[in-house]
Amino acid sequence: MGATASQLDTGKLSEYEELTFLTKQEILLAYDRFDKLVPKEEKNRIDYRVPMEDILELPELKFNPFKERICKVFSTSDKKDGSLDFDDFLDFLSAFSDSATLEIKSHYAFHIFDFDDDGTLDRQDLKKLINCLTGKADKTSLTPDEMRMLIDNILEESDIDQDGTVNLSEFQHVISRSPDFVSSFQIVL
Amino acid sequence: MDSVFNIDIREHIPNNPLLYQPPSYDSLLYRRKSSTVGSKRRSSSRGRFGSFSSVKSGGSTIKRQDDIEKSLLEQRAVRELAKSMKEKRAVRDQRSLKAQDLSDWGQWRRNARRCLKRLKDNAEDRLSSLKLWRSDIRQIEARFGTGILSYFSFLRFLVVLNLVIFLLMFCFIMLPIIIIPYTSANITQNNQDHGSVCSVYPSSTRLGLVIFHEHITDLLSGGGFLEQTYLFYGFYKVDKIQYPNGTYNLALAYLLATIAYLLVSLIWIVKRSATGFKQNLVKDEDSFQCFCNKIFSGWDFCITNEKVADLKRSSLLYELRTDLEEERMKQEKAKRTRKDKVQIYSLRLILNVFVMAVLAACFYSIYLATTFSQEQQRKQVKVNFIMDLIHEYLPSIVITLANFITPLLFSVIINFEDYSPAFEIRFTLIRCVFMRLTSIGVLLFSLWSQITNCGDEPCLCGYNTALYSCWETRVGQEMYKLTVFDFIIIVAVTILVEFPRKLIVTYWKSGLSDWWGEQEFAIPQNVLEIVYGQTICWIGAFYCPVLPAICTIKYFLIFYVKKLSLIQNCRPSTRPFRASSSNFFFLGVLLIGLSLACVPVTVSVAQINSSRACGPFVNYNTSWEALTASVMELPHGAQTFLYALSSEAFAVSFFVVSCLAMFYVIALAGAHKRVISQLKEQLVMVGSLQHLQV
Repeated sequence: MGATASQLDTGKLSEYEELTFLTKQEILLAYDRFDKLVPKEEKNRIDYRVPMEDILELPELKFNPFKERICKVFSTSDKKDGSLDFDDFLDFLSAFSDSATLEIKSHYAFHIFDFDDDGTLDRQDLKKLINCLTGKADKTSLTPDEMRMLIDNILEESDIDQDGTVNLSEFQHVISRSPDFVSSFQIVL
Repeated sequence: MDSVFNIDIREHIPNNPLLYQPPSYDSLLYRRKSSTVGSKRRSSSRGRFGSFSSVKSGGSTIKRQDDIEKSLLEQRAVRELAKSMKEKRAVRDQRSLKAQDLSDWGQWRRNARRCLKRLKDNAEDRLSSLKLWRSDIRQIEARFGTGILSYFSFLRFLVVLNLVIFLLMFCFIMLPIIIIPYTSANITQNNQDHGSVCSVYPSSTRLGLVIFHEHITDLLSGGGFLEQTYLFYGFYKVDKIQYPNGTYNLALAYLLATIAYLLVSLIWIVKRSATGFKQNLVKDEDSFQCFCNKIFSGWDFCITNEKVADLKRSSLLYELRTDLEEERMKQEKAKRTRKDKVQIYSLRLILNVFVMAVLAACFYSIYLATTFSQEQQRKQVKVNFIMDLIHEYLPSIVITLANFITPLLFSVIINFEDYSPAFEIRFTLIRCVFMRLTSIGVLLFSLWSQITNCGDEPCLCGYNTALYSCWETRVGQEMYKLTVFDFIIIVAVTILVEFPRKLIVTYWKSGLSDWWGEQEFAIPQNVLEIVYGQTICWIGAFYCPVLPAICTIKYFLIFYVKKLSLIQNCRPSTRPFRASSSNFFFLGVLLIGLSLACVPVTVSVAQINSSRACGPFVNYNTSWEALTASVMELPHGAQTFLYALSSEAFAVSFFVVSCLAMFYVIALAGAHKRVISQLKEQLVMVGSLQHLQV
């Protein structure tokens, strides 16, 4: 920790505590881990953006099928390249902490699953989602028939206004009745 | 152009007057109430990806809702907004600017509230870090997922529960006796009918030169030098204790402590299962939203291991395929002909009869083993060290063997019965639960028959004095033996079976290792094991007050044994066990165990005559009489009140009132379901209208 810890003073620490769901220890740990990703020459820059490839090497994200989507969703960079600065990194950890509310988690989950960023989960999004969950290396494991039946079943259960897509409210409604969601949507450093 | 378009469409719209009415006052109120939900969603959608259109409300309510929304935004903590850090800072600065407009009193109130909140968060944080085994459980969660995690947090719950039960028994039963030498107290000795054959209690401590292995036999069987100690019921031969300050009725305390620990366990379990129960009560869990649950909450984000991730993927694939097959089977089932149905039902009937026969055979063998073991102990036949131990432990051995063989048998039989996969798993589990818990019941029944059976004539003292001068201690010893044996078996299986299996599979590639495969952590079987142990603890705590402490230590050690086994020997199971339903399943089985444990305790307290030679209830006929005797000593008003509570009139009216309440709640639930389906239809209609208008 040493010299780097002094860059995160108590004022900023309490500010982060107020704005996220993380505890002091978790924020300090996050700072430590983020600092390891920052190259030596950039250590003095406060708002350095770690490129996506480095974030994806973190052990917590390495084997996660949604790692690229997570970076894209939490990134506030103008170039939309998925790079995260420390604020974004804390936002990411806060949404995935165990004290985050169901509403925050379901909001970010929706945007992570929305592969084409159009604001709804249509059949293409659901197909990509299922492939992420079951496939190995971009290969589909389900037959087209099974895929079609599966997507039909999902839409039957979640699409209330029957427009063929799942919007944010329908998604949040389904998640609110899913008892496993909160415990599975967690990442701990 | 628009008007033409609109008129055309309107002609085709079904004439639903509800859709043309201006918003009524009720719906305005409803919208205002739901603006808490609506404004949340609107504010979150405006946050990062503000590209959706929110349903616009009509008329003058817009401005009011903006005001409400602003004030609501202020009330919610900044961190609960789904915005980026920059935006959250902006909102917070805006709020603090606005707050500066407030008076000093308002500002002081806001600061105080914030300080309190921070204190509360810190306190909660520190409390959760005190939780037992927090880092171990986190480690397990990362490597094996949330299903196995629920098993270990269940184990932790049982450790704490047993500790609390032991503290209860210790404070109210043991502590008064322990502090007698330190305070000048008199013991009201139980009035013994000197010379009566009932009150003879021969000492069981071994005299003379004691061989070392006899000490070990005593330690493992609770006899010999352990019999007349704090461990067992027989030691507490005290009725009342006269302290300088007052009298302490130990007999009553013993009875009430028993009732208290059963009630405490019940309330704690019900409280813990309340959250899981609410969700399971909505609809049959497996069919309700099962696809959405698997797809949207299927991935465990805490997985950090590549092998585990691959395994998770294949298990999800397996689960999805199983569910799709179930859908297909449901459709096929509807097509079944009459002949098929008759065939299947008769096959199921035969197999169920077979299962019952197997269970009956197991129960009979347990009965035989118990009677044989009791006879051997009575005759004091000493063959040699090992045979003696086997005679003592025969019931435990038979129970363990039966519990090992029957699940294998059940899983083979269920394949022929043609049920849906989810129902198969459940049904096999129910059979195993039934087998495990009823075997304890059979053991106790055979003990009871031995105790109250005096041959052909009725018993002199209400129980068989010749065999059991202190029958409660004997029952306590049996429970002690079961606990010890259970623990030995768990540790032995881990060391002698799982560890060699791992070695064989890793280092000796052969047909055997391929067929046997790596050990899977089978959650249901492990849970049944510890529920079995806990049921024994509940039954035995009345006869052996130190048993909860022994169980605490036992579960404490089992945690580390199982954790070691998990990390070294096991791979995650291919058939995943869902975290939420597992919590409900664990606590449900625990409740069944608790209700089973209440039966023997109630029967022995209320029906069987308490021992005359030992224990706190020597002066009473049955243990329950201690309570009735103390009630007699209460003032007259309290007495009539208590008698009224236990009278039939009260019981019947209480029953009728609870039935009425239940019917009301069921009717309310049915009405809510109807409203929900109506609202869904309305949503569909509104949605289709919107699409047409666009």
